Order: sequence, then C-alpha cells, then structure tokens
Amino acid sequence: MLYRETGQFKTSYVADQAIFPIRQDRYLAAAALVLAYVAVPILGTEYWLLTIMIPFLVFTLAAIGLNILTGYAGQLSLGTGGFMAVGAFATYKITTSFPGLNIVVVFVLAGIITALVGVMFGWPSLRIKGFYLAVATLASQFFLIWMFNKFPWFNNYTASGVISAPPRAVFGHFFVTGAEANPVNKYLFVLTVVVVMAFIAKNLVRGRVGRSWMAMRDMDIAAEIIGIRPLQTKLLAFAISSFYCGISGAMWAFIYTGGVEALAFDIDRSFQILFMIIIGGLGSILGSFLGAAFIVLLPIWLENVPRLLGVNIPVNYISNTQSMVFGALIVFFLIVEPRGLARLWQIGKEKLRMWPFPY
Amino acid sequence: MKLQKLCCVVLGVAAFGFGMAAENAMAQNEQFIPRLVYRTGPYAPNGIPFADGYGDYLDMINARDGGVGGVKITNEECETNYNNDKGVECYERLKNHAPTGASLVDPLSTGITYALIERATADKIPVVSMGYGRADASYGSVFPYVFTYPTTYWDGADTIITYIANQEGGVDKLKGKKIALVYHDSAYGKEPIPTLDKLSAADGFTFLKFAVSPPGIDQKATWLQIRQQRPDYVLMWGWGVMNSTAIKEAAAVGYPMNHFIGVWWSGAEPDVVPAGDSAKGYKAAQITGVGRDFPVIKDILRYVYGSGKTGHTTADKVGEVLYNRGVANAMYDIEALRIAQARYGNKPLTGEQMRWGLEHLDLTPQRIAAMGGTNLLQPVKISCADHEGGGSVRITQWDGKAFHPVSDWIKPHQDMIRDMYKESALAYAKEKNITPRDCSQISEAR
Amino acid sequence: MEFLDFLQALFVTPFTMMWQNPEFLLEVVIGGLLTGVMYSLVALGFVLIYKASGVFNFAQGTMVLFAALTFVGLLEHGVPVWATFILTVLVMILLAFIIERLVLRPLVNQEPIILFMATIGLSYLLDGFGEIAWGGDVHALDIGIPKEPLVFGGVLVNEFDLCAAAICGVLVTALAVFFQKTSIGRALRAVADDHQAALSVGIPLKTIWVIVWSVAGIVGLVAGILWGSNLGVQFSLSLVALKALPVLILGGLTSVPGAIVGGLIVGSGEKVAEVFWGPATGGAIEDWFAYALALVFLLFRPQGLFGERIIERV
Repeated sequence: MLYRETGQFKTSYVADQAIFPIRQDRYLAAAALVLAYVAVPILGTEYWLLTIMIPFLVFTLAAIGLNILTGYAGQLSLGTGGFMAVGAFATYKITTSFPGLNIVVVFVLAGIITALVGVMFGWPSLRIKGFYLAVATLASQFFLIWMFNKFPWFNNYTASGVISAPPRAVFGHFFVTGAEANPVNKYLFVLTVVVVMAFIAKNLVRGRVGRSWMAMRDMDIAAEIIGIRPLQTKLLAFAISSFYCGISGAMWAFIYTGGVEALAFDIDRSFQILFMIIIGGLGSILGSFLGAAFIVLLPIWLENVPRLLGVNIPVNYISNTQSMVFGALIVFFLIVEPRGLARLWQIGKEKLRMWPFPY
Repeated sequence: MKLQKLCCVVLGVAAFGFGMAAENAMAQNEQFIPRLVYRTGPYAPNGIPFADGYGDYLDMINARDGGVGGVKITNEECETNYNNDKGVECYERLKNHAPTGASLVDPLSTGITYALIERATADKIPVVSMGYGRADASYGSVFPYVFTYPTTYWDGADTIITYIANQEGGVDKLKGKKIALVYHDSAYGKEPIPTLDKLSAADGFTFLKFAVSPPGIDQKATWLQIRQQRPDYVLMWGWGVMNSTAIKEAAAVGYPMNHFIGVWWSGAEPDVVPAGDSAKGYKAAQITGVGRDFPVIKDILRYVYGSGKTGHTTADKVGEVLYNRGVANAMYDIEALRIAQARYGNKPLTGEQMRWGLEHLDLTPQRIAAMGGTNLLQPVKISCADHEGGGSVRITQWDGKAFHPVSDWIKPHQDMIRDMYKESALAYAKEKNITPRDCSQISEAR
Repeated sequence: MEFLDFLQALFVTPFTMMWQNPEFLLEVVIGGLLTGVMYSLVALGFVLIYKASGVFNFAQGTMVLFAALTFVGLLEHGVPVWATFILTVLVMILLAFIIERLVLRPLVNQEPIILFMATIGLSYLLDGFGEIAWGGDVHALDIGIPKEPLVFGGVLVNEFDLCAAAICGVLVTALAVFFQKTSIGRALRAVADDHQAALSVGIPLKTIWVIVWSVAGIVGLVAGILWGSNLGVQFSLSLVALKALPVLILGGLTSVPGAIVGGLIVGSGEKVAEVFWGPATGGAIEDWFAYALALVFLLFRPQGLFGERIIERV
C-alpha cells in the first residue's frame, strides 16, 4: 500500500529510464541525501564522523569497485587491497611532486594510474576462470604490497616506509587532509566523492557496458558468440574497478588514517571488501553500501552491547566472540538469503506494496 | 520470506542503532588511562603479558597507595588485535572518557602509533611509545605530544653493535667482520637500517640485510643464505611468529645461538619457548629488567595476587620479560602523573597537563630505588627537545628457563643518534608544515 | 649505472653463483623440495574436500590450527601421545558431522561462491572458538621428531624435514590405498566424478561428505602437528593455508598427485628465487613469487597441471 506505483505514468523515455522511476524511491533517496548532508554533520559527534561514517563511505567506494569486477563482470578477484595501495601511493607521489595541484585532480590521476595497473594485472582473466583466477589475483596483491614496501622511492625515502598525508585543501580553507582539516569537512568531501561515483557506477551498470559485463558473467562463451568482445569487456571491468579501488585507497590513506604503510592494504583488506560485497549482495550498488555498513558497524556494535547491558566481559572474550558471531552471521545470511542484504531490501519493498494486506 | 521474518531483521537493524547509543557518565575524582591491548590474534602471545603487567601495576598503585595523590586511576582495555584501524577506533572512542578525557595513550604498536600521532597532537593527548613507534619523535621540538622513553630502535641498534665490539675486544676489531640483520619487512623491521648503515661505514664491518616477508612463517631461504655467507653475528628485528621460526631455523642450520642477538621485541618467552632446547644461548637486548627480584614486583605479588585476590593473569607469569615491560611502562607513566600533579594539584588532570608532567620527567637512580624498580627501570631525563630521555640497553641471554643479564647497561652514542633524530624530524616538519618549537623560549614559570 | 647493476644482478649473478657453489644450489633445492612437501600436506586437505563436495574450503587453514590446538591442549593436560591422537581424530570427525549438518546441508544446491563464503564464515567461527577454548598463548609442540641438521658432503639437510617428507609419503600412500582399494574410497571417487550419478546408484551423499571432511580433518591434524612442531602452535598457524594456495592452483584443485607435484615445484622454485634472485631486489620475494610461478603455469594449463579440464557448455 505504501509502495504502490499506481498513478505514476511515464510520458517520456527519459522519465522511464530514470534511476528511481517510482516516486517513493525518489523521496527516499532525497531524504537519505538530506540526512547525510545536513543531519549527520550537525548531530554527529566527532567519533561518529571520523571512525564510523568516513570509513563506511571509503569502504563503500572500494566495495562498489569490487562489485563491478566480481558482482557484475564475474571475475573473482582478491587483489583489491593491492589496488587500493596503488591509489594511495600514487596520490602520495603525485601530490608531493606537484604540491600545487588540486587534491581532486590528484585523486583522479591516481585513479587513472590504478586503472592502468588493474588492466595489466587483469590480462590473465582472459585465460583463467573461477577460483583459479581468484588465487591468481593474489599474485598481484602480494606483488604490489611487496613493491611498495621494498622500493623507498614510493615513500620518498622515509626511514620507516610510512607515507603521511600533507595538508591539502580542496579550495580556499576547506582542508581535507592534514591537521587543519576538521571532521565535518572531511566527511562532506568523502560523502560528495562517494555519491558522485556511486551515481556514475549505477549508470554504468545499467547501460550497455554493464549489460555486456553481466553477459560475460553469466555465460561468457555465449556472450562471445553474440558479439561481445571478451578482451575489451573484461579489461574494461578491471580498469573501472581498479579506478574505484584506487580512489578508495587514496581517500583511506589521506583522509581517514592520515598516514599508511603498505601492509595496511594486505590480504586481510582484500578479504574484508570481499565480505562486504557478498553480505551486501553481489551485483548491486545498494548492496555495496549495505555491506560496507554491516562490516564497519558490526564489530563496534558487538563491542558496545555488552557494556550497555552492564555485563563486564574481558576484552579477549569479546574479540573472540566477535569473530564467532561474525562467522556465524555470515553462514546464517548465506543460508537465509544468499543474495545478500540488497535482496532483503528488494523483498522488503515488494512486501510494502501489499502491506497491510496479506496478498 | 514471511513478513514476520522481515520484521525481525528490521528490528535487528534498529537494535544496531540502539547499540551505538551514548557513553557511560561518571565524573568523579579519578584519572582515566585508556589501554590499547591485543589479547587475540597472531600477536596475542606477546600482547597479553604486556597488558597484564601494565594493568597489575595500576591495580597495585590503587590498592597500596590509594591512587596517585589520592586520585584513583581508572582504566579501560580496548582490543586492537594489532590492527591499525581498530587502534584508531579504540582511541577515538576512549579519548573523551570521563572525567577529564584520556590522560595519555600507549598504542603498543608501531603502526597504531603512526596512525595516532597527528590525531593525538590535535586532541592534545600525549602518545607514549616506549621502545617502539617513531624513533625520530624523540626530537620533541617537532613532536610535542610524543614520548619515546627510555630508548628507541636507533639506540638499540647502536648499543647492540657496541656490545658486539666489547665481545670482540674493541671497536677496531669490528673491521672486516660480517654482521647480518634479519628483519620483519615492515616499518618496524626497517627502523634500524639507517643506523646500522652509518655504523658499518664508521666501524668497517660488512652489513648484510635479510628481509623476511610478514608474517615470517617460512624462513628457510633466509637461513640457508646465512649459513652460506657465515656472518659473525646476526641481529634480529622480528615480531610474533617470525621470532620463534627464526630461532628454530637458526638451530636447524646450526648457527651458534650466542652470536644471535634479537631486539627487545624479539626477546621474550613466547619467542624462545617453541624452539625448546635449541634456543639456549640466544641473546636479546632488553630495555627493562627481567625476573622477579624487584621490590615493586614483590609488591604486586602481595597486593594484587596476595591471599585470594586475582590480578590480570596468574602469579607464575609475574616476572616474565614482557610482563615486566608492561609494569615498567606503567611506572614511567604514573611517575609523570605524579610530577604533573605536583604542578597542577591533586585532581584529575587533562592530557595537556599530563604532557607537561611527561616533559618534566626526571627519574634519578634514587627515585627509582624509592619506587622499588632498580634495574627494572632506567634513569631518564626528558626535556623539551629530548623526548627520549637517554636510556640504556642491556643484553640478556636465555638459558632454557629464563633470561639473565650478560652485560651492563650500555649507553648508545647519543650525539650521533640525536643528530639523526633532528634531521629526520625536521624533514617531517617541513613536509607537514609544522613549525618546530623553539625550546630555548619555553618558559618554566608556573 | 644502477640500472645496469640491477640487470646484471638479475641475469648474470644468479647463474655465476649457482655455477660457483653447486652444493649450495643443491642444498637450496633440497630444502625447497622438503618445504614444498609440507605445503602439499596442507594443500591435500583442500583437494580432498574440493574433489568430493565441490567446495573450496577456505577454513582448511583454521582446521589445521584447530586440530593442532586440540592436540597440544590435550597433551598439556597430560594425556599420552597415542591417546591424544585418537581423541583429536574423534574431535575432527565430530567437527565434520557438525559442519555437514549445519553448513553443507542447508546450502546444498547453491553456487560454489556461496559455499566458499560459507567456509570463510566457518573459518572465523573456528578461529574464535579455538582461541576461547585454548587461549591465545603460543604452545610448544614436541612429539620427539628429531631436529638435528645432517650434512651430506657439504649439503645441509635437516632431519625434521626428512621425517616430514617420510610422513607425508606414508600419508599419501595410505590415501591412495584408501581411494583405490576400499569401497568407501570408490564411493568417494564416484561422488567426485558426478553427484547425480552417484546418488542414482545409491551412494549416500551426506555420509560421503562427512567422511571426506573427516579425512580432510585428519590430514589437517597431521599437517598441524608437523607445522606446529616447526612454528609452535599459535594463531599464525592458519596462515600456512596462504602458502598452500599457489600449490593448489599449480597442481590443480582436483588432483592429489597435483598437490604433491605442485608443492615440490612451488617449494623449490620459491626458495631458489629467494636465494639467488632475492638479493637483486632486496629480498622477501618468496611470497609473490610462488603465486607468480603458479600464474605462469596456469597460463599454459588454465586448470592446473593435473586438474580436470573445465568443459563449458553453452
């Protein structure tokens, strides 16, 4: 009853092809944006902004990247951490070599570099499939991390190999990195970047490019037969996915942590992002948001709940129980709804069409 | 799926939000210290005793003295799993804890230290990285909120070379010798390399480097190379499972254990126990004392573990290498609190006031004896430009049951190393647009 | 000049080093082969499960750790070695029952990636549970395998490695006999071939899965004991799975001889690369070199050396 689309008629192709064709969806999206841009900065504490919202948004971007590659194009990849590292280190080198360049331009350039690296490491996908490809992408993961660790040129010859973000402003005094940046500025900047890039991704996957990816994923031989070229399609998927992961890594290093060493992007990071897209839903942009939120919030929630209930559990038990609950939840989700949180959302919307009537 | 199931899921998500709700509220006459620990994960064997030692000392101070200046010390552990993100999250959550916020933070990890330096400086909370972290933060003019007492990795490398020179009969005997470094291929492991490069140029020994990719469970290639090249001494900057694997592999290729010297994070019981008997003779540099023969340790046993009470661990683990290091860390921190209270009064202090206390820490041997920690702690004197304090390093040896000192406290070549700190710190300051403090202008007036 | 030095270090020096020290080369190769055998042990567990149930068991590393923890925990309570072994085997069989009932049965017709994700969840569960049950400390494990270095004509070989290789040989032979000669083994091979056909001739799929996961658990126990003697039983033990993955894809996910051969190739290849080519690039190239090596092999045989050919139908 709440979600009926009766009475909403489309009178032009443009209206029919909108991302949110149903009015209720549009309102919901607008409300979410207002909430994110206005309510959160005003009501949110520094803790919320810095340790929950910003990592959530940064991870969403990486999850969108991996979703494009694994969810839409069907290439299982475990090299996400390595590509994030490329983004972070490329940004560092560019901005320290050209301090005057605007940070947005630097991010985009770093993304392009990561895209090129992604294409290079994506070539084996033309020959290798499935779990074999996943393990082969681990080669890129380990190699990239080793490279950034090993060659001091990447971190400008610091003794420890940690790159730290110099203070940079988007315009005027709107600092987003470094010590002058206040949490609200950082949050708004990251939010804008993620909203814009999610919008671009949504349009990509709805269009011809996205359809060719999905064809590759479902039945690549058939796709090839009908004229979709595997080389271009797969490499484009790698390129765009790496672009997103690169920018995500750059924002991670520059805006969230302020300084990072290569090991921050090791294989645990790749697995973390893979969990996000699987729990959130493979092949869904909304799923990337939901999955990232789940993975970021769950440990914090698990830590806070015992304290709120007044139960005093030693920290190691909490941490291990967290691990167990996390594992159990993954298995539970997969049994209950293997297509992730995004599918749950879709089912919810369908129920809302009928509610409160049973059928 | 049924509507009821869906509702359950929605309720669950709402409970999420509830779970994020506000913090506790208790403002009393207490000083809060957040404790970032790792009791789980691959580094747990090393993190657990350290956390226990620190916690036990705080409990002992509360039990024996009623706190510091009548102000009880409260603390809260937060599990970081040696993970930088969790470390930052713990810090952010605990930094505004009642009543006056966090007085200082001991990150217990080089990675977390790097991640916290900028934030903590902006939040005016001191970061104490005892024997780890950013070595050039010892130059206090650029890093007013970071303290690296009693000594850093650069000093550690220097003192180990001095010890080797003493073993060989003089610095001139080092010429032509081969000294190898087996290191964890991360920020931590690479720290001593510049110092060792400098020393090898100055003293004439060949410096061989062997990187071990983390986590270091497979070092056969490294040790076969060492067997081939036969260095006279091997230094190790390892962590976690890398240490025990290295000791095992060294024994497997027959390298003499008494020429194998690890840094203080490679010289604790969890590192030598898996290797069993073959680890006998392994040496390690230490910055804190080992064993139970200290009045303060005896006090802990009495007040925290005495008749029927429970501490953070069991009484037989008191006196282990890392346990003692945790105790020492707490002793330094509490002493700084005492000094800060002397200036600001016997009340809960803020991070900024604590920083003053840390910067004026002047532990003389007499004061240490009064605290009951002779040979457990070392004398340090912190000043505006020197946040390291001039501590020394001692070499100990494992005999199968415990580590025993086999050298005196060795002081590093402080002039050379202080210059290195200054150079590196000024480069950092330039990159970050920080103006170094002019220490001659800092007034001491009340 | 630096670039020329680098090129020289890459193309000339390794070979001159090998030429000048043939015993050292032999030493490195033998050391590598023996390490490779240890990798194969872990890879065997993966292969067994993938063959019979089509699941890429990400939790194999954690099962190795869990088995080792249980073994060492019981040993430390004073139980004699042979009893501990039997008890731990029983624990692993029980674990297999639980996994089949709670994880595999509800997910019976799902895609491979879903099952893969379920095993990831399982690995987190086992990790947390193992650490709660047995604590986070490191446990030394010593069941009497000799560890002395032996020197044969200038070439160093460690007794422990030789024993490990012997145990692995015995294990593989036992598995081969089990698969070829017993009826259960035949049933396992039938299930690995085709689930539907096996069901239609009356082979109980669920029982087979329990058996396979138990056997994988026992193989994991042996691997855990050997690796645990090497590293001490601690959390990092589960990371040996990462070392076994290149072995798996090089040898093929579905082949037991592939796991052995893959292990030998990866082990010796990465050691030789680390020792002779490592110094040119600063060392620590082992990790990614193993994967790169596997990748090169995959480019020629996309299903691994001994793996089943992937036949796709449109």
